[in-house]
Amino acid sequence: MSIAKSEEILTTAPVTLDPHHWVANHADYLFSYAITRINEEEQARDLVQETFLAALQRIDKFEGRSSERTWLTAILKNKVIDIYRKKSSGLGKNTTSLDTEQQDQDFFDPYDGHWKKTHRPEPFGIDTNDPLMNKELKSILQQCMQKLPALWLSVFAMKHMDEESTELICEELRVTPSNFWVIIHRAKLNLRACLQKNWI
Amino acid sequence: MNELKNMIYNCRKATFLIEKKQLAALTLREQLELRIHLTGCSFCRLFQKQSIGINKMVYELFHPAENREIRLDDDYKKKLQERIEEKLDKN
Repeated sequence: MSIAKSEEILTTAPVTLDPHHWVANHADYLFSYAITRINEEEQARDLVQETFLAALQRIDKFEGRSSERTWLTAILKNKVIDIYRKKSSGLGKNTTSLDTEQQDQDFFDPYDGHWKKTHRPEPFGIDTNDPLMNKELKSILQQCMQKLPALWLSVFAMKHMDEESTELICEELRVTPSNFWVIIHRAKLNLRACLQKNWI
Repeated sequence: MNELKNMIYNCRKATFLIEKKQLAALTLREQLELRIHLTGCSFCRLFQKQSIGINKMVYELFHPAENREIRLDDDYKKKLQERIEEKLDKN
């Protein structure tokens, strides 16, 4: 309901900020944005609060070119990226220096690059158009994502959820372009394997 | 693994290209290599199908429209709005 309302305002009048209704209008949305990206409830709540407080401080910088929600989301997004950056640098060099050959040996034969027998993809045997099945598969997927190393999840999330440019991700998270692709590859191999293991 | 194995048999490289292809453009050579590999490898064809499906699910999962059921609790929201009002009063 509140979304429809704010969109109406967007099309009819210049956008103004209405902090008295920020929480009612946007808190759930911002919380869901945050929790899906960092998956720690308390931290996600804190981020929502920080976002509103930061927004209050720069209220006079709002130019009315975007909707109130878009503006707030942009502030939150920067905070999420900060957390990604902290998390991935905090985990030390082990995850950043990727020994690809070494790690891929989990999945592929080191000599010929074939799938190892135990890791070959198997059909999930479901019709992804079935909403119920789909929902369950998604919840497993979410759990699988949380098992990824922090840096991988950050890279994966920034690329797939927010569709950031590769350059920006590499810069923000300090990974080289070639490591970026290695991470994308590894993350998917692990996610797919995790789904297969927990679904079938 | 010093010698470069022929791409036709290399599933590691093929899955790498499958991932890359979904996010960026492959070179002509890469496209050709991948196509040849996929013609002969049912595992990687399945991997590709599932990988595309996963990306689609991830996108849906984190697209706001799908997440209406995630909510902050009302208590927290009430306190949050109070805090905002407090700050507004000060200014």
